[in-house]
Amino acid sequence: MTPSFPHRQSAHCESGVCANLLTHHGLSLSEAMTFGIGSGLFFAYFPFVRINHLPLTTFRSAPGRILRQVAKRLGVGVTFRTFRDAGKGMAELDRLLAEGVPVGAQTGVYWLPYFPPALRFHFNAHNLVVYGKEGDSYRISDPVIAEPVLCGAVDLERARFARGPLAPNGKLFFLTNVPKRIDPVPAIREAIREVCRLMTRIPIPLIGVRGMRYLAGRMESWPSRLGERKALLHLGNVIRMQEEVGTGGGGFRFIYAAFLQEAAAVLDEHGLLDFSKRMTTIGDHWRDFAVAGARLCKGRPQGNDDFPALARIVRECADAEHGFFRELDSLVRSRG
Amino acid sequence: MRKKDVPQDPHLFGEWKEVSYALDEDGKYVMVPSAGWEPANIANDMAWKSIEAEIGRVVERVRAGELSPLAYHMARHQMDPGMLAGYAGLFKFQVRRHMKPAAFRRISPALADRYAAILRITRDELMEMPGCDPAAGTRK
Repeated sequence: MTPSFPHRQSAHCESGVCANLLTHHGLSLSEAMTFGIGSGLFFAYFPFVRINHLPLTTFRSAPGRILRQVAKRLGVGVTFRTFRDAGKGMAELDRLLAEGVPVGAQTGVYWLPYFPPALRFHFNAHNLVVYGKEGDSYRISDPVIAEPVLCGAVDLERARFARGPLAPNGKLFFLTNVPKRIDPVPAIREAIREVCRLMTRIPIPLIGVRGMRYLAGRMESWPSRLGERKALLHLGNVIRMQEEVGTGGGGFRFIYAAFLQEAAAVLDEHGLLDFSKRMTTIGDHWRDFAVAGARLCKGRPQGNDDFPALARIVRECADAEHGFFRELDSLVRSRG
Repeated sequence: MRKKDVPQDPHLFGEWKEVSYALDEDGKYVMVPSAGWEPANIANDMAWKSIEAEIGRVVERVRAGELSPLAYHMARHQMDPGMLAGYAGLFKFQVRRHMKPAAFRRISPALADRYAAILRITRDELMEMPGCDPAAGTRK
């Protein structure tokens, strides 16, 4: 018997895994809705945290947060397990699969043989679902790949026990206790308000719109502080975090706009449709940043493409998001 | 972003496509397959070029006798001493020491096998740096 799993390709691995697991348990949610209820949108720039010698820039919340928040807000039970011993970690996976439970796993992408070669970096916060075993291979629903794939046991073990930053330690997760009916309205309100808080009201200048402005300031000084070559590497890294696979484009801003559109219908709140449109415009402006930045990286600047001009775009995005989240917060609060 | 504007610049995904969120004709958000986007491709290329440049620098230093072949194998796998130490169950300083030619020549056969298994090569391949193009194999 071939086990079945409702594989749907998604933009982002964590919201995709979460939506697919919920759908498997009879609670059909879109990826965008899961991303929104999990408060997946974020921004932070941590110059002192280095990944491959480059400062950490993120447009999304910390790995694992979407799933935890969705579970909490919808009253879904979820169990997480990590392992010190790889053999035990694989045995536990086999045991769960034998019971017919699809299991989420955090993995590195470097050792996944089916992963596109151009994306094989040591990125350890990838998520996928294992839903069956055949001989020595596992059936895997990887949300960023179009179709389910088979992956050898040796490779999967290596990916689950990858080392380096954010090492997954074989982390497995599965849903227990999925309610038949949920009330998404309070979950959506709470989730939107959390994003508004994180983006505008955290008193640390590295997080939210303050983090964007801080990045803009640093960016202006990159060429003089780091030299041309390193400045371009730093810039390229921001573009990758914003646009490389798993973002849905525009640093997750488009997927969030899709969520707001869906939320408008669920809450019967037309005001959210305007916010969805505004978020789309903000996402488009982040894309402008990537376009101009990439021209600079390629050594083909046009007109006034330079670091101050790029910093200006980032500041414009920060200003737009600042107004956006403050007004969104008051809209959601007034109707709460 | 509108559906008709979803970029189709293949590069990162080979024959696969990723999913983008874009607006259809009625202003409704839909998921649209995208072959890739040129600015993202450029940024990705730059990251690989920097890895290849790092491999090139390490190759020079291995040839000059400053670093052991282990350093080359690590660079090829984008590994720093901390990461390889994690895989091998060693301390970082031990891996650092094995990046020096003299210490590397004296490692036990058992440890050599362990390194070789992690790097997915044979013990003989581990102990030497291939004379071919240094960047070959990074993106295969």
